[in-house]
Amino acid sequence: MESRDTPAVDPAVDPDFLALPRAALADAALDAARRGGAEHADLRVHRLRTQHLELRDGRVVVAADQDSAGLAVRVLRDGVWGFAAHVDLTPEAAAATARRALDVSSTLAALATERVTLAAEPVHADATWISPYDLDPWAVDVADKIGLLTARSTALLAAPGVDHVAASCVQVKEQVFYADTAGTSTTQQRVRVDPDITITTVDRAGGGFETLRTLAPPTGRGWEYLTGTGWDWDTELAELPELLAEKVRAPGVEPGPTDLVIDPTNLWLVIHESIGHATEYDRAIGYEAAYAGTSFATPDKLGSLRYGSDALTVTGDRTVPHGLASVGYDDDGVAAQEFDLVRDGVLVGYQVDRSFAPRLGLERSNGCAYADSAEHVPLQRMANVSLRPDPDTDRSTAALIDGVSDGIYVVGDRSWSIDMQRYNFQFTGQRFHRIRHGRLVGQVRDVAYQATTTDFWGSLEAVGDRSTWRLGGAFNCGKAQPGQVAPVSHGCPSALLRGVNVLNTGSGS
Amino acid sequence: MSASGSASGSALVERALVVAAQIAPGAGAVALVREVSEAVVRWANSTLTTNGHTIERRLSVVMLVPLDGGTGAGVVTVPAPTSLAAGREGDAVLREAVAGAVQAARRGGPARDAAPLPEPSNGASGDDPAWHEGAGETSMAAFGRLAGELGASFRPDEASYGFAEHRVTTSWLGTSAGVRRRWVEPGGSVELNLKDPVTGTSVWGGEGAVDLRTVDVAALVERLRGRLPWGRRQIDLPAGRYETLLPPSAVSDLMIYLAWSMGGRPAQEGRSAFSRAGGTRVGEQLGALPLTLAGDPAAPGFPDLAYTPVLATTYSGDEVSVFDNGATTGRVEWVRDGTVNALAYPRAAAAEYGAPFAAPTDNLVLTGGEDARLEEMVASTGRGLLLTCLWYIREVDPTTLLLTGLTRDGVYLVEGGEIVGEVNNFRFNESPLDLLRRATEAGATERTLPREWKDWFTRAAMPPLRIPDYHMTSVSPGR
Repeated sequence: MESRDTPAVDPAVDPDFLALPRAALADAALDAARRGGAEHADLRVHRLRTQHLELRDGRVVVAADQDSAGLAVRVLRDGVWGFAAHVDLTPEAAAATARRALDVSSTLAALATERVTLAAEPVHADATWISPYDLDPWAVDVADKIGLLTARSTALLAAPGVDHVAASCVQVKEQVFYADTAGTSTTQQRVRVDPDITITTVDRAGGGFETLRTLAPPTGRGWEYLTGTGWDWDTELAELPELLAEKVRAPGVEPGPTDLVIDPTNLWLVIHESIGHATEYDRAIGYEAAYAGTSFATPDKLGSLRYGSDALTVTGDRTVPHGLASVGYDDDGVAAQEFDLVRDGVLVGYQVDRSFAPRLGLERSNGCAYADSAEHVPLQRMANVSLRPDPDTDRSTAALIDGVSDGIYVVGDRSWSIDMQRYNFQFTGQRFHRIRHGRLVGQVRDVAYQATTTDFWGSLEAVGDRSTWRLGGAFNCGKAQPGQVAPVSHGCPSALLRGVNVLNTGSGS
Repeated sequence: MSASGSASGSALVERALVVAAQIAPGAGAVALVREVSEAVVRWANSTLTTNGHTIERRLSVVMLVPLDGGTGAGVVTVPAPTSLAAGREGDAVLREAVAGAVQAARRGGPARDAAPLPEPSNGASGDDPAWHEGAGETSMAAFGRLAGELGASFRPDEASYGFAEHRVTTSWLGTSAGVRRRWVEPGGSVELNLKDPVTGTSVWGGEGAVDLRTVDVAALVERLRGRLPWGRRQIDLPAGRYETLLPPSAVSDLMIYLAWSMGGRPAQEGRSAFSRAGGTRVGEQLGALPLTLAGDPAAPGFPDLAYTPVLATTYSGDEVSVFDNGATTGRVEWVRDGTVNALAYPRAAAAEYGAPFAAPTDNLVLTGGEDARLEEMVASTGRGLLLTCLWYIREVDPTTLLLTGLTRDGVYLVEGGEIVGEVNNFRFNESPLDLLRRATEAGATERTLPREWKDWFTRAAMPPLRIPDYHMTSVSPGR
């Protein structure tokens, strides 16, 4: 469904963000922190612009712009963190916030039985990074945006069997200025969009209903994504009503072990939950134990854990174009990188930030620090964690399907859930096409698949080639207390997995 | 909690309303300033990890603009630094925000949820005596008692994990219809997770409180330590249906999701689990127990769960509307005596469907059970499972409200009224609607902390429930 890709023009950081007194704020905060005895301090000016458009049955329900901004100061004194933030973007507020962060550090220092050290990082002075996009969503008249969503809603409502249409698009521009006591100072601007259209058919007589959602993933692009760059909307929207009608007519799935060909539009979420989170080092050593959970992939298994079959090679990166977690520099001031997590089925790495890298014996962080706002402290957050396509064999999705005599082709994500150690998961999807003797023979419904992570990836027989590889992702990966959300993408090819346990959610079996 | 030096949000609201009247004289306008002062502390492996003290303040402007064929709505939210409250620069930002909201309203066209802004009612007029007062504030001092008791609780033979937060949210709401309201809502929680490194047993507990100094952390630690020995005997049980005791926290997470799914319009349009052929499920008897699920600003019997009965929102949806800003909200009995009783409707949808206006409530209390506490329900159990809490709850089938999720931090086997050991965790597939249909016993209602949805919903009081056949669909090795 991915379509033409136009070369990106070089956007610039917005003048109103550049006009903020960034250097003065940094000087004030970092000087106050140094005077207070901090061995490390950083200032972050974080601005998040969000526009949320939502239509129901062609009428606007939400047209809302939200602009949030503030400054955050983090200090490390005697190996104990302190963090504070304030809405006022003045040097006086920056200095006061730094002093408050020092107070926070000392107030609870007695509870700190371990001391934090940071991995070294080269200084990146006066660096600027901007994500690649063609059309700044804030440069497009909101009337044009609503007009596009209205036209698509109207066309779908006119299709047989479509009773309701929900159309939305969330657009985000994130601007971050970071400066630390080592001399790094970076200014970044990222743009991302999350469009979504869901159609619903209602059985008034029987009392049931069914839905189908577009597969277009959120992406690190501008408004051009809505008009055809990176996604073929016309084709997908034209097919949607008939696919929904077929879904309604479909028989319930026969439960039991089933061969699955999983499309990237579904598989990205399995990667996110069962590999992305499981290879976060902070989770693996217990830092999220009381909330998001831990990981079965503990550091003692590094280099030996058989995560999956030989076909499983997974990387973390913050560099892939249009990746939602792609940056130039993370919120520790570390330059973006790419690194291995699982190689030929074996666990070989973790995602870390500067505080966790030394614990793992790494000299340098691989750049996974992120805070979702000025009000929140940077944490180790997920890179774009992606499954490598088969580099050696030309293998299309059709070829993978051809290798299945009786199975299901799973398309699109829907429900997901996984336990606190990332073992046991259950996923559903948007569509489930039955495979018989290598051919698709219509949809089945009420499908969920359950597995244990290593069993699931152990059943990975083959992955598709580069032509099947797509970036999926989400805006709202949750972690930490207080809760933070992070945007993240996951690239993957289509994949064939044998004997995965399938449930019929309609019958409960 | 103390008053801060922050300028009152009332002046900013008044200025925004003046600017709104200048730019769009015939339009309705809503201005909402929210300041959040928050202190947090987190620990893991019995050592401090992250912490912070933050102050955030935002102004939202909602413009309701007359158009051909109706009224359009647009919303703009901007940061509200001190500089916004005064001076030419502040005025420019206000004008830009109002103009942006007006433009969005015009571009969006007539809104389906349009209604005249609510008039001031008793206690919701410009007479609010606290209108001009400043923001409430918290600080790290909120953790004074916690830090001492927690530090003293760390022991080398167990690992302690947890999180505590205290937050004071101050809101100033003004509308062109004359509503002027200021309210301050302090609240916080303490969550504690202890792990026995030898047995691998993990236990969790939490408490919500307006003032963290009222939380007896030492007692919470001791209560959780009392469960750790239950893990000395590990029992493997397969997936299946089990008689199960759901403690109040688990019940709260299921009831919160149920309440979130009770939109009136989706039910009327046939796209909800509360739809049925030809109408909605209002009036449908769910089960034999006379359970009542209600939200009530006054929170009778649970004063810590009380909230200000005024609607303030920056988004419209199936359940709420920006046109209802300033409306007085009241008690809603979503389920009454075991029967579906009410669905959430903004005023316009309520008029459209001939239903009462019912805004989503900020607390949920489930009553109607017996006086038995959880311990007594354990004692009267022949063989069954006792859960601690639920995790990673997600919707599987919206037509039945089938949810999936996992048990967490302690599943125990009860035999002959005694806890005889710790069982593996399970994945479950269940609908809260079906659970209300099948519950055979409800105990005494008590304040509880939702484990799963605490970030979004904290004010809950629930009883333990006995489910005769809770559906555990697979075993989870996770602990």
